[in-house]
Amino acid sequence: MSLKRLHVLFDDDDILLDAVKEIVKSKIYIHEVYTPFPVHGLDKAMKLKPTNISIATFIYGCIGFTFSILMMNYIMIVDWPQDIGGKPSFSYIENMPSFVPIMFELTVFFAAHLMVITFYLRSKLWPFKEAENPDPSTTDDKFLIDMDSGSNLSKTKSMLKKMGAISIKEVNA
Amino acid sequence: MTDYKFSEQIKRLSIALIIIGAIGIAFGFYSAPSNVDEAKAIVASMSHGDSHGGDSHGGDSHGGDSHGGDSHGGDSHGGDSHGVKDHADKSEVGHEYDHDKHVFNQLHNKPWAAIYVPALFFMMISLGVLAFYAIQRASQAGWSIVLYRIMEGITSYLLPGCIFVIIILVFSALKFNHLFIWMDPEVVAHDEIIRNKVGYLNTPFFFARAIVYITGWVLYRNISRRLSLEQDNNNDISIHKKLFRFSAGFLVFFLISESMMSWDWIMSIDPHWFSTLFGWYVFAGMFVSGITTIALITIYLKSLNYLSFVNDSHIHDLAKFMFGVSVFWAYLWFSQFMLIWYSNIPEEVTYFITRIEDYNFLFFGMVVLNLIFPLIVLMNSDFKKTNFIVILTGIVIIIGHYLDVYNMIMPSAVGDMWSFGPGEIGGFLFFLGIFIYVVFKEISKAPILVKGDPFLEESKTFQYYNLD
Repeated sequence: MSLKRLHVLFDDDDILLDAVKEIVKSKIYIHEVYTPFPVHGLDKAMKLKPTNISIATFIYGCIGFTFSILMMNYIMIVDWPQDIGGKPSFSYIENMPSFVPIMFELTVFFAAHLMVITFYLRSKLWPFKEAENPDPSTTDDKFLIDMDSGSNLSKTKSMLKKMGAISIKEVNA
Repeated sequence: MTDYKFSEQIKRLSIALIIIGAIGIAFGFYSAPSNVDEAKAIVASMSHGDSHGGDSHGGDSHGGDSHGGDSHGGDSHGGDSHGVKDHADKSEVGHEYDHDKHVFNQLHNKPWAAIYVPALFFMMISLGVLAFYAIQRASQAGWSIVLYRIMEGITSYLLPGCIFVIIILVFSALKFNHLFIWMDPEVVAHDEIIRNKVGYLNTPFFFARAIVYITGWVLYRNISRRLSLEQDNNNDISIHKKLFRFSAGFLVFFLISESMMSWDWIMSIDPHWFSTLFGWYVFAGMFVSGITTIALITIYLKSLNYLSFVNDSHIHDLAKFMFGVSVFWAYLWFSQFMLIWYSNIPEEVTYFITRIEDYNFLFFGMVVLNLIFPLIVLMNSDFKKTNFIVILTGIVIIIGHYLDVYNMIMPSAVGDMWSFGPGEIGGFLFFLGIFIYVVFKEISKAPILVKGDPFLEESKTFQYYNLD
């Protein structure tokens, strides 16, 4: 028996969430779920590993914070000290309050940009990449589950129908 | 679910705190000097033992501090609002006498300032919670309904708290202390800057304003409490709508009156100095201490099994507020500090020079407690639902914001003569005792869960999607 994959369409996120829970319970592998917007709780229902991106972001923020300190120290203290507003810049710590906005901005800048870039890389997204999305309607108002057919195709199909699938398409794996 | 009963334990605790606090306060007043000679004797005995008891006018080693060795060196006691008065007297009497009188005023103010700080602090906790409560009502929040009775309990301290503050202000107006120098006609006569502000800063108008603020706050508090109790036996949606309208109206009144309250009761201690975002800064402080108090009392009552309907998501939300408003407070603190520090205008920067020179450890230590600690500890999502960590951070935030109020009042009231003696600690414990007594008494007076609110079910089943 050749292995089949099913593309199952839904038109409601709550029904989709229940269906995913049901499919996971019947031990059929779900390759991917395509949704037009983030569905809360879908990652838990699919039993995905929790993301580490918040830890990565924290580290990026720390890098930005350190970078800003080194940068301001080089620019304002080491390379070209000036006397601004009666505050001669010969010591980093004494001039620190005026650098705080820069430290803050660079922390945010590094954390935000590197986080987004990490997310793109991790999601295998880059410019001119062909869309993997099997059905363009999932960018509009439909939800699609890309799943294995299971050992008994007709039984899986009837189960999906009962759960509220609006269409089921068989594709070759 | 059982309704909270005012426990014997809490009662004994609060009465013990009140008694210990009262003894401390009495000792503070007893040890304050009653004339200039006594003040001299106290200073002489302090300068042996205590490093900050000495005299900072002598242009000592603080000069190199982070304000960047500027022209204010000769002005190092200028942040102190008595400076101008002394200056005016200088032509008539010798500097020695002048200085002693100045120190006498500071030491004489000390026990008063020591009770004024906690009186303001606990009143502002209650006011901050009232603002939080009004925001929940006006935004028709769904998550916080189960916490309404705790907030109503905390706001019951508002009236007694305001009365304590007013009593201290009245004593100040009656010349029992010298906290508000603009109340002294002799000072005003010699001081052009204050003279130009007399249209606003005069005793009758000051108390008229205070009465308007307090009436407005207490009126809203009592109306919302009455409507909330009425709603328990009545599913009528009109009560919900009325609460919404009263709360929205109150918030408009609150934003104006809170700002003016902070100018009147705090900023006017330094009548020469002003900061345009001071009202916001004080608001952020009272808001975060209020939310922290809600979290502390909620976790305490939950640990006694009174709040079975409060789940991790509610605690998580309160902790998110503690985290967020702590950062907001620090943002305002820094905005105020950095602009004044950077522009370095003599009239403005004296405020921070006194604090950096005489209160260095407290002034920057407070920022560590109020920003760095909550920022690092509460950043982790799992920590925000861990009751132990929320309690720990909460206590740090409460202490930090007490020190924040201390830093607002003390430098202007007592200059470099500050300490944490029996007066200060006693004052804190005294008002803490009254606060605990009033709040828990009020919580015990009504069912611990509101009924009849249209969002009650949403709040009971509230679940932050990212928590298990």
